[in-house]
Amino acid sequence: MPILDELRRRFGDAIVETDDHRGDLTAVVARDGVLGVLAHCRDEAALAFEVLMDLTAVDYQKFPGREDGPRFEVVYHLYSIARNHRLRLKVRVDEDDASVPSAVALWPIADWLEREVWDMFGVRFEGHPDLRRLLLYEEFVGHPLRKDYPINRRQPLIGPAT
Amino acid sequence: MGVGGFFTSKLDEAIGWARKYSIFQYPFVTACCGMEYMATACSHYDIDRFGAGLPRFSPRQADVLFVVGTISHKMAPVLKRIYDQMTEPKWVVAFGVCTCTGGFYANYATVQGIDTIIPVDVYIPGCPPRPESVIDGLMKLQDKITAQVQRY
Repeated sequence: MPILDELRRRFGDAIVETDDHRGDLTAVVARDGVLGVLAHCRDEAALAFEVLMDLTAVDYQKFPGREDGPRFEVVYHLYSIARNHRLRLKVRVDEDDASVPSAVALWPIADWLEREVWDMFGVRFEGHPDLRRLLLYEEFVGHPLRKDYPINRRQPLIGPAT
Repeated sequence: MGVGGFFTSKLDEAIGWARKYSIFQYPFVTACCGMEYMATACSHYDIDRFGAGLPRFSPRQADVLFVVGTISHKMAPVLKRIYDQMTEPKWVVAFGVCTCTGGFYANYATVQGIDTIIPVDVYIPGCPPRPESVIDGLMKLQDKITAQVQRY
């Protein structure tokens, strides 16, 4: 696909892997290059990805065949209204260094999406203006969508709001 | 039982009878059970027949707290505060399995039954409960109100 070829040609080693599944484009990007790739995707006229549709993460800790690899994958879903095409970008990070550069400067919506990923997976976003929990309360201990969070763990009830 | 006891028990009955037909509910609606609550409240099932036709959206003017829908841990302090703001006498109805036990939301985010936070008088199970179950629960609440011994 032209989009993936163009990305590989322009960014070289920063593009770790690409996949084209029946027109469903995916590129795995090295962490250091991700902000550059995202900015290029947004600003290049031929790509014009104005919308960050979604930003989420996946925990591969217990995924068959990937137990030894990097534990988390942060996933960006981009969409272009002008050109009506989509692109998925992935960044792999290890558990002991789970942090990714923040995309808030590129798309303001990334603010809450990154806070949700921090809340649920404990992946930090460097340069985020206000990285607090989004959905859970401040006193919550742990990150519940990690695969090693016990499904039966109950946290103590928090007191009345003051 | 002396003459005084006779009068207070008759007074209890009279107060209970009056109270059970003037239920002002506070619908604390957070989730899909709210649809079934609306169906019950509207003309087809018509809870006005039981004197419960007027929901009050201020806890200070309500007697019965209808907790309708899933309560998350983040919502729990709000529910507790609403309950504390209601004046005596007050009753609580747990509407739907999520409020009764947490339902199928056996997870990190959901309160496993609102009776871990506030006392509950009537549990109406169902996901969501049919209006008939709601009316049954309401009538059980009325029985409870009638039988209640007043503190003078």
